[in-house]
Amino acid sequence: MTALTHILSKVKLHVSDNEHTHSHVEAKPYSNPYYVGFGLGLVLLAAFVIMGRGLGASGAVSSVVTVGVNAVAPEHAQSNGYFSSYIGDGTVSPLKDWLVFEVLGVIFGGFLSGMLAGRVKGGVEKGPRVKTRTRFIFAFIGGTLMGFGAKLARGCTSGQALTGGALLGLGSWAFMLAVFAGGYAVAYFMRRQWT
Amino acid sequence: MNAPFYKFDLFGFDVSLIIAFAIGIGFGFALERGGFGSARILAAQFYFTNMRVLKVMFTAIVTAMIGVFYLSYIGYLDLSLIYISDTYIIPQIVGGLILGVGFIVGGYCPGTSFVAFSTGKKDAIVFILGVTFGIFVFGELFPFIQDFYYSTNMGRVTLPDFFGLSYGMVVFLVVLMALGAFAAAEWGERVMAKKGESK
Repeated sequence: MTALTHILSKVKLHVSDNEHTHSHVEAKPYSNPYYVGFGLGLVLLAAFVIMGRGLGASGAVSSVVTVGVNAVAPEHAQSNGYFSSYIGDGTVSPLKDWLVFEVLGVIFGGFLSGMLAGRVKGGVEKGPRVKTRTRFIFAFIGGTLMGFGAKLARGCTSGQALTGGALLGLGSWAFMLAVFAGGYAVAYFMRRQWT
Repeated sequence: MNAPFYKFDLFGFDVSLIIAFAIGIGFGFALERGGFGSARILAAQFYFTNMRVLKVMFTAIVTAMIGVFYLSYIGYLDLSLIYISDTYIIPQIVGGLILGVGFIVGGYCPGTSFVAFSTGKKDAIVFILGVTFGIFVFGELFPFIQDFYYSTNMGRVTLPDFFGLSYGMVVFLVVLMALGAFAAAEWGERVMAKKGESK
């Protein structure tokens, strides 16, 4: 009897040991959303006060695309009404741009936060019912729609919804409502990917 | 009036790029803390199971909005020098709808995809390639869609202008709306959690 309890206690010890090492490598939970929102709001406010402009993301990709098109087909890029607006007079590289540097900061800041919380783990974000290949196809299609839509709307969730929202811009609020409407409208058809 | 500092020439363009990087760090850090580096958390917003997107976004908007309102009210910040993009109402609504569909199909928006990329998510890399391609397609199609792109221009118009209300009143109404949205989000999450248990 005592031998049995001895073994049991050993097993128990072993299990709790396992749990301990497991929780050690496990990622920390995400922070309280209201605190995060407050912090993000202060970052946005700092951008307004220091720079007189808000945050952004898709504009940085536009600069990179412009540089790419301009490198492959310069005449074509310079005659195109959209790319030419990013090239400007050609004296300054489109990459020497506020949003490009801001996005480099975003990548660094995200990495820093992830490292501190043990969340830099790689992997693929998807529900259990879809294959990675399927997820990649949808990620590409969704990204394409996102890039196109953001250019049409003159900004994405950062530049329009967040920045324009805080400044009470009419177009930004109409845009924000449209984003939620578009997402909820097709969420049902995408449920296999996420749930 | 002392702010925005850049508009009062407190520093030049090159310094502004360093500030851009610093502000970006804060932005990326906050997004990652909020869980926005995870497409599953972002997508959960659209299934009412996790309303973090709404909570973080509206708290941020309300915080910055009140800050701008207060600082301009006391005469520290010149609101007319802050860049607000002009409203092109129809292209912005259509763009928003396309972007919303792209959000739930692709799982990220451009900003959050960079954060997901920074924490090693492979689908985020594919998504960013998609965004790049989408912008390329937009640029190539621009000559054909520019009439639509520049249509319904309403200029620099804000909600107070549009509804004929005072700035302070709109700020107050947005705060009320946000509080209502938070209450609804907390309630919705509890309902969905119960539903999940009973399954």
